[in-house]
Amino acid sequence: MNALLHGRLTGLLVMGAVIAILPAFLPNNFYLDIAILAGFNAMVCVGLNLLIGYAGQISLGHAGFFGIGAYASGVLAGTYGWPPILALLAGAVFVGVLAFAVAKPILRLKGHYLAMATLGIGIIVSIVLRTESGITGGPDGMMVDPFKIFGVELYGEKVWYWVVGALLVGVVWLSLNLIDSPMGRALRAVHGSEVAAEVVGVDTARFKVMVFVLSAVFASVAGSLFAHYAGLITPAKADFFKSIELVTMVVFGGMASTFGAVVGAVVLTLLPQALTVFQDYQQIVLGGILMATMVFMPKGLLPTLAALLPARRRA
Amino acid sequence: MFAELLQYMLSGLTIGAIYALAGLGFSIIYNASHVINFAQGEFIMIGGMASATLTASGVPLPLAILIGCGGAMLVGVLVAKFAVERARNASTVTLIIITIGASIFLRGVAELIWGKDFKRLDAFSGETPIQILGASMQPQSLWVVGCAAVLIVAIGLFFAKTLTGKAMLATSHNRLAAQLVGIDVKRVVLASFALSAALGAVGGAVVAPITFSYTEMGIMLGLKGFTAAVLGGLGNGPGAVVGGVIVGVAEALGAGYISSAYKDAIAFVIILAVLLFMPNGLFGKRGTERV
Amino acid sequence: MRKRLLSTMAAVTLTGLAMTGLTGTASAAEPIKIGAIISATGPASFLGDPEKKVLELYADRINKAGGVDGRPVQLTVYDDGGAADKAASFTKRLIESDKVDVIVGGTTTAATMAAVPLVERAEVPFISLAGAVVIVEPVKKWVFKTPHTDRMAAEKVMEDMKKRGLTKLALISEDSGFGKSGREQTLAVAKERGVELVADETYGAKDTDVTAQLTKVKNNAAAQAVLVFGLGQGPAVVTKNYRQLGISLPLYQSHGVASKEYIRLAGGAAEGVRLPAAGLVVAAQLPESDPQKTVVTDFTKTYEQAFTSEVSTFAGHAYDGLMIALDAVKRAGGTDKAKLRDAIEQTKGYVGTGGTVTMSPKDHMGLTLDAFHMVEVKQGDWALVK
Repeated sequence: MNALLHGRLTGLLVMGAVIAILPAFLPNNFYLDIAILAGFNAMVCVGLNLLIGYAGQISLGHAGFFGIGAYASGVLAGTYGWPPILALLAGAVFVGVLAFAVAKPILRLKGHYLAMATLGIGIIVSIVLRTESGITGGPDGMMVDPFKIFGVELYGEKVWYWVVGALLVGVVWLSLNLIDSPMGRALRAVHGSEVAAEVVGVDTARFKVMVFVLSAVFASVAGSLFAHYAGLITPAKADFFKSIELVTMVVFGGMASTFGAVVGAVVLTLLPQALTVFQDYQQIVLGGILMATMVFMPKGLLPTLAALLPARRRA
Repeated sequence: MFAELLQYMLSGLTIGAIYALAGLGFSIIYNASHVINFAQGEFIMIGGMASATLTASGVPLPLAILIGCGGAMLVGVLVAKFAVERARNASTVTLIIITIGASIFLRGVAELIWGKDFKRLDAFSGETPIQILGASMQPQSLWVVGCAAVLIVAIGLFFAKTLTGKAMLATSHNRLAAQLVGIDVKRVVLASFALSAALGAVGGAVVAPITFSYTEMGIMLGLKGFTAAVLGGLGNGPGAVVGGVIVGVAEALGAGYISSAYKDAIAFVIILAVLLFMPNGLFGKRGTERV
Repeated sequence: MRKRLLSTMAAVTLTGLAMTGLTGTASAAEPIKIGAIISATGPASFLGDPEKKVLELYADRINKAGGVDGRPVQLTVYDDGGAADKAASFTKRLIESDKVDVIVGGTTTAATMAAVPLVERAEVPFISLAGAVVIVEPVKKWVFKTPHTDRMAAEKVMEDMKKRGLTKLALISEDSGFGKSGREQTLAVAKERGVELVADETYGAKDTDVTAQLTKVKNNAAAQAVLVFGLGQGPAVVTKNYRQLGISLPLYQSHGVASKEYIRLAGGAAEGVRLPAAGLVVAAQLPESDPQKTVVTDFTKTYEQAFTSEVSTFAGHAYDGLMIALDAVKRAGGTDKAKLRDAIEQTKGYVGTGGTVTMSPKDHMGLTLDAFHMVEVKQGDWALVK
């Protein structure tokens, strides 16, 4: 098996090295901006991958958690003048509690029913954000002040690039450790078969809830930081399409592969930018790529490529 | 008071009829292939766009609807053959993404053919509102509800009386057994996509005079159709129809009495509440998991 | 709900196109880089689409004629699809990556307001094509706009109501930028002018059914007239539903629908609707003495020849924005951003499609009520209300 997939340290080192040297190849802030957005998406996807890839649960509503985090920061730090880090934590705690409260009844649902329920939660969140314009600024969103901590203001692409890069390494490290822990092994059992896992004494329900909460909190924290970085947040960041985008990144990169989720997030953040050259054809190309990848590489990009590598070595 | 209630009920029934058609489409495909087809909304869009643009260029309305319907069916079969059928053994979420990819692709093609602006389709029999006990109804609403009712009955007869229909039903109950008794399961899947596409396209054509048609018209209609199908219990055709009507009416009442801004949320609140107590929808079968 | 998946960026870079028009003398000159963020798709597409076309058309024409002071115009247009967050990220791209000298656009108020903090921080002159008064009040150093404000629209509507002896108004406004600002202005103007607001409903930009809100208006016995504050396709939906419910009160719209596209979408339902609009849409009906007569007649001719579609005021806003910017480049003697900004602020007596523009440090729009006309939809066309 490929080292990139399972060698925890090697993978992390490679990723860290890429993050470290990348800015040297980016000509201006616009490209840094895209790299930063890819980083935010990757953070959410690593969490979501734990849920989809390891716990085998679908969520079509994760953007809702991202959105709650973003607006918690926007409203609490902006309108109410809280310190940004407190606003971020408050958002994360709120999302954690919310996710915990809905997890039990929702994760009882199977397959498409679960997809429907999570989709519903995400859409309801985005509609609330859109409608309560007195607090959230409505469909046009709200401005968010720069992130301040210990008197230092984080502003500009150059600063944020390193912040996001460091956080991403941290999130990936956390996720890799989790997968290798006893809980992680239980998670993989759940994906294999719930009934079987329960028979051998794994408390699947508890694990599913934990992962659901954890991935929601990841999304919320990423949302909070994104809000400060972007300076403008709109309900579109919480809507159905953002949720689908996140799930697509995970599946595209490769389910049950942490680095796959990162690769998926990066590729699918870049793709629409690159596709602008297709102008009127870009939707067609995007849809076509999604379909083709899933039809011909149902395991996703990274695992498929990884499976090819040793084969070539043997030849 | 009563006039107002009646007004909301009439709007709700109209849009509910479209949700019912979309929901039925979801159910038919789900039964044949266990796939949730997120491109269902695009069939509605194709029907709406084709009929609006073709009539604008002089094609008689019935022919325009027929062409739209045929086009949607062809697209449906192509999606089934080249995307869904090939990924038969993929996981649920992979299949969801394939159909979402298909819907993005189809919207892109539609934008290229028809442009991104709104198209207008004249109401089939005038726009003079019909007054009923203080509420007014557009004649087009009668077309929507009428067409939906006819289609739903026709589908019911199709499954109950024809050999193809029975083969499709058998496949949904037990795919392997169906295959063993000589049913061509692959063709059943293709037929289910064609049938759903036809339902969607007709729905799109009859609702177009009310909503306008544009390349994104299918997104919300498709999602609501999914809600209707889940509410009724996935794979339960009559359940999806009832689900569609419930969602439509609840939405209209909610918009009128609670808040018009939260109209789109109502369907999802209902579905969450129902799933909380009935994890398989209102009329769904209890599923058992195989180890 | 936001439309396309994966935040597609429909960017159209017209660098090549603009450069083809170069004549020999100008080839060595540094191009004047003009960036534009336009809602060419989405719910405001009937505003943005003509704006985009006009910018491209005139940039091309100017280049064919030798450019401005021998410098070609290099236009970069991005489509924000009507989403504020995309407008912001494209503004960033224009400033950081394309390094433009001046930005024209922001089709909608929301897109404009999302771009404002960015241009203010980067100190790039910005001429918005959106309606709300909040864009220029309070005055922002680097931000200008070409269309009339929503306050002027509200004033114009209530002036007309007075003439017809109507004093009780029901308001239906869109829940996004232009509509929200329009609502606030309507409330304020109503108070000043003694018009009583008897209903205050909202709808979403992408709603396709507004009957619930209109049913409440219908059952409101006090209402004497209805004003819709919104832009793009939403107001057309409201107009259709309005007639479908059989409401017969006079219906007013804002200048956010001053396009034939609105009449086409609403069909027969638009008959009798009144709205304030720039003289452009009624060019042929303007008296010869009107200072705008030549400008609007010429512009209409050029536009309708180039696109075989009918001119709208939005096309005119884009034309005015581009011309004011290029005129300022001439007067500033180059594209130094600070000088360019000052030159835009000193625009005096520029006769455009929206009226005669005279800006000042206190007025970054420079239009008065005179150039705003009340028009009525009659037999599918605009008619000047005398």
